[in-house]
Order: sequence, then structure tokens, then C-alpha cells
Amino acid sequence: MSLKRGIIHLKNPPSILGFSAVAGDMEQSGPLSGKFDKVFKGDMDGEKSFEKAESKMQLCAAEKAIEKANLNPEDIEIAFAGDLLNQCIGTNYGLRELGIPFAGVYGACSTMAESIVISSVFVSSGQVERAIAVTSSHFCASERQFRFPLEYGGQRPPTAQWTATAAGAVVLGKGQSKIKIKSVGVGRIIDYKIKDMNNMGAAMAPAAVDTIVKFLEDTNTTPKDYDLILTGDLGQVGSSILSELMDMEGYPLEGRHSDCGMLLFDRKKQDVHAGGSGCGCSAAVLCADVLDRMSKGNPKKVLFIATGALMSPTSNQQGESIPGVAHLVLLEGE
Amino acid sequence: MEILFSLLKAFVVGGLICVVGQLLLDFTKLNPAKILVSFVVAGVLLGAVGIYKPIVEFAGSGATVPLTGFGYLLSEGVRKAINTDGLIGILKGGLTAGAVGISAAVLFGILVAIIFKPKKK
Amino acid sequence: MDMSYEEYGKLVKKASKGTKMYKTIPSAFLVGGIICTIGEVFRLWFVNMGMEKDHVGMWVSTILIFITAVLTGFGIFHKIAKFGGAGTFVPITGFANSVVSPALEFKVEGFVLGVSSKMFIIAGPVIVYGTIASIAAGIVFYIITLCGGTI
Repeated sequence: MSLKRGIIHLKNPPSILGFSAVAGDMEQSGPLSGKFDKVFKGDMDGEKSFEKAESKMQLCAAEKAIEKANLNPEDIEIAFAGDLLNQCIGTNYGLRELGIPFAGVYGACSTMAESIVISSVFVSSGQVERAIAVTSSHFCASERQFRFPLEYGGQRPPTAQWTATAAGAVVLGKGQSKIKIKSVGVGRIIDYKIKDMNNMGAAMAPAAVDTIVKFLEDTNTTPKDYDLILTGDLGQVGSSILSELMDMEGYPLEGRHSDCGMLLFDRKKQDVHAGGSGCGCSAAVLCADVLDRMSKGNPKKVLFIATGALMSPTSNQQGESIPGVAHLVLLEGE
Repeated sequence: MEILFSLLKAFVVGGLICVVGQLLLDFTKLNPAKILVSFVVAGVLLGAVGIYKPIVEFAGSGATVPLTGFGYLLSEGVRKAINTDGLIGILKGGLTAGAVGISAAVLFGILVAIIFKPKKK
Repeated sequence: MDMSYEEYGKLVKKASKGTKMYKTIPSAFLVGGIICTIGEVFRLWFVNMGMEKDHVGMWVSTILIFITAVLTGFGIFHKIAKFGGAGTFVPITGFANSVVSPALEFKVEGFVLGVSSKMFIIAGPVIVYGTIASIAAGIVFYIITLCGGTI
């Protein structure tokens, strides 16, 4: 039993049966080069629009994850998935042909963690044997929705983050595997009145702190008890704020922290300013790198916290601040 | 020599007007769209009170190429139209003067959309 | 988290590096200056050709708009703009780019609801407020002429 609202310690920890990450060529030329199951060429990979290309990536990630779990789409009972686009069209059209019962999820950049949280609880409850969690994001598709047209000549400030063109999928279920999900946490909506759409890391950092601290208090642990505390995509600015806030909360991160936004791209060589962002960013880092390393034995205990900025261009134009949310997944290797 | 001096004047004045824009971009919350709007409006006002005309005479394209120059063009258009057409000139002058710029942007915009494909930054 | 919004705002400000002014200002000056100089080259040339005085400025604008449109189409303009900042968006090139880039971008949504309706998402306000300001100036001009003054 957990003492804190939103923290759930799973009675029957589900296993990660398969996982897959696909990405665009810019991600492929970053530090995770060679770790993706498929790389999509150009911005559209032969499709007619960026949105169609995103759907294609998401479908591909889902299919590969199911394949790597030695299963067929018919074996999966339910899919929880989402993306950044209006009405989640990347997902709706991407998973259309899979035929898996589908429940859409929107958690902005926290979608990967959120869909894993929901899938885990479904599987742990015993009502469902196997579930899949999928998300994606596409730089061009989200840029044109959230900011200016691509060819518009504007300068991005140093705090801006670069939306990853990537997708990730995780198949969860009963049965044996090297990685299990022990606990999950659903975050609260936290708003510290940041309004700058070019500084999402700052808008989301307090939400990450809220969820992490709640979890550490509930489990009576400290950051030292984990091999890796992996935040979604706070980027450089958000990460440094997180570290400062955690010090203030009395839980210094002690070098255990990494951020997906900083792992996906090489900020020195690639022009991504404060780092990567987007649903696909944490999904790709988790599924291409972290789960892979966990299945080989190191790291063993990973706290994955994906953060999402819950604004829209409309709320931003109306002068609203940017609320953040952070969902947590505790992964344990054998 | 005179040509070189003209070019230098255009370079310096044009550059300085752009620096004002960059200062607004870096140190205020204004985004490019809002800066463009304020430059055009500023151009109309400076043109109307007669401050911008001497700058144009001094710097040529250095003053007409920045968007303040577009604003200046609109105010000069209105001035001319009122002198020739009276009251209706208030509505006629501005856009008449700006017609070439707007039409050219529309035409080339459509042509580029027909010919090219959008791509990543 | 026990912290006021103001305190958090201060913390964020400290953690967020601003733009590097020693880079952005000179490059805006340089790029803006060069664009205006290119305009001046054409202007002097047209004047030298004996072109009617009123038409010179119009042709200069048209040529700069054309060059911008082509560079935008080839995906080169935003690379210059990344360096130039206000140096590229303050001149007429920025206006042209703000029309051409959404036109190209929204091609997938069709030529009526995409290209043409999105064309003015950035330039629209410029035209609207430019026009309004010119009308306001016109009203003042007209009143001055009514009072017997010259404008």
C-alpha cells in the first residue's frame, strides 16, 4: 500500500516483453546512433506529409516491439498510445491498421511514461494479459503546429528545445523477462507560472520534483538507492533547475540523474540548443538505450520520470502559463 | 567614390535599424511578428511627422528596405492621395502605395508553394 | 515545493542563459546592412538607367522579395536568418519570408485552405496595422488641409 495519492506499487509487477525505438536521421547522427530498430530517411520518408510520416514511425515502432516480444498484434489485448499533434492524429492513423483495442492518451511529452503507467496497472490487475504502450513525435509536424512555419526565419533562444523525430513502443505482460515494472506514479498538474514556450524545461521541472519527492517519501528511499534517475526531457535548463530544487528538498541527486533530452542529441555538435523534447524523445532514449542496457544487466534500478508541458498554442496566445505534469515508472532489472 | 559613399550610408543606417529590432528581440518579450508590426507602425508615424523623409534622402535603401520604410511608403501614399483626391484619399493612399510589395509577396509566395517542397530546418 | 512563483521565476532566470548579445547584435547589423546595401546597388543602378523616380523603390522591393522567395523555397533563407536575426526579418526580406514560408508549409492542406489562407498568418497583422496607422495619419492630414495647412 502506498501512502501517497497517485503512487501505485504493483501487486503483480508486469514484465517488459519487448521494446523498440525508431527515429529520424538527425537522431541517428546523435549519441544513440546505431541503436534504433529503424531509421527514417529525410523528413517524410516518402510520405506526403510530416503527419503521415509520424504515423508511419509509430506503426513501425509498435510492430517491431511486438515482433521482438515474439508475439503477433492479435496477442496484444489493449494499446495505450498518444502523440503531440491535435487530436493525436499521429497515433490514430498510425495504429489504425493494427487492429488492437486502442485507448488514446495525451500527456504531452510525458506520454511514454503515462501510457506505461496505465498499461502496467491494467496488466497487474490481472484483467489483461498483455498491453502495448506507444508514442511518437515529429519535429516538423509539431513545429508547424506549435510555433512558426519551418522555413520562417526566426532565431531560437538558447533555452529552446528541439522536438525529436522518433517513436518508441513497449510491450508489457505477464510472464518472465529481465525487466519488471515495480511501481508507477501519476503526477499532479503543477504550474509555477512560466509562460515562455521557449523554456519548457523550466515550466516542467517543478512537476518532476513534485512526483520524484512524493515517490521517495512514500518508499522511504533517496536518489542513492537508484542506479539511474532518468527524467523525460527537461533539457539543459530544466535539468539544472531540477538539481537545484532537489537539493533544496533535501534529496540531492548525487550524480544519479540523466535527462533524455540531453542523451538523444549531442548539444555541442547538433544545433538543438537546450536539448531534445517531445514524446518521441523520452520514448526513444528509454527504448533504444536504457531498456537495452537494463536487459544486459546494468543499470538495475531505474526511476523513469517523463515530464509533459500541458499548454496549447491557444492557451499560450490567451496569456496562460504552462502547467507541467510528471509521471513515474520504477523499472527493475534482474 | 560617391557610389561607395551611398552604399556605405545604406549599410550603416540599414544595419542600425536592424540592430534596434535585435535589441527588441533579445531584451523584450516581443516576438518577430510583433516587432514587424511595431516597425511598420513606427514607419507610418515617423513618415507622417516628417522625420523619416530626411533619413530616406540620406540613406536611400538603408531606410526604405527595412520595414519602417514600408510604413513610410504608406504614409507618403496617404499624403499624396489626400492632396489629389481629398477625403477618399485617407482610405486610398496607404494600400495603393503598398500594393507592389504585397502583390509581389503574394505572387512569389504562390509560385514557391507550387514549385518547392517544405523541409526541415 | 515550498517556493513562491516569484522566487521560482528568479531561479529560472538564473538558470536560463540569455542570447549572446555580443554575437546577435553585430550579426544583425552586418546582415541587415548587407541586405540594405544590395537594395542600394539596385537602386543606384535603376536611377542610373533613368528609371522613373517613383518606380525605383518598387522595383527594388520586388527584386528583394523575389530573391527571398527563391532562398525560402530552397530552404536557405532560414539558415541566413538564424545567423542574421533581426538583420533578416526587419528588412522587406523578412516580410517576404513571412508570406512565402507559410504558403510553402501549408501546401499539404491544399491551395485554398492551406497555402492562401495561411499566407498571412505573420504578415497579416503587419498589413492590418500598417493600413490602420496610414488611415489614422490620413485623418490627421485631412484635418490639416481643412484648416488650410499643407501636408
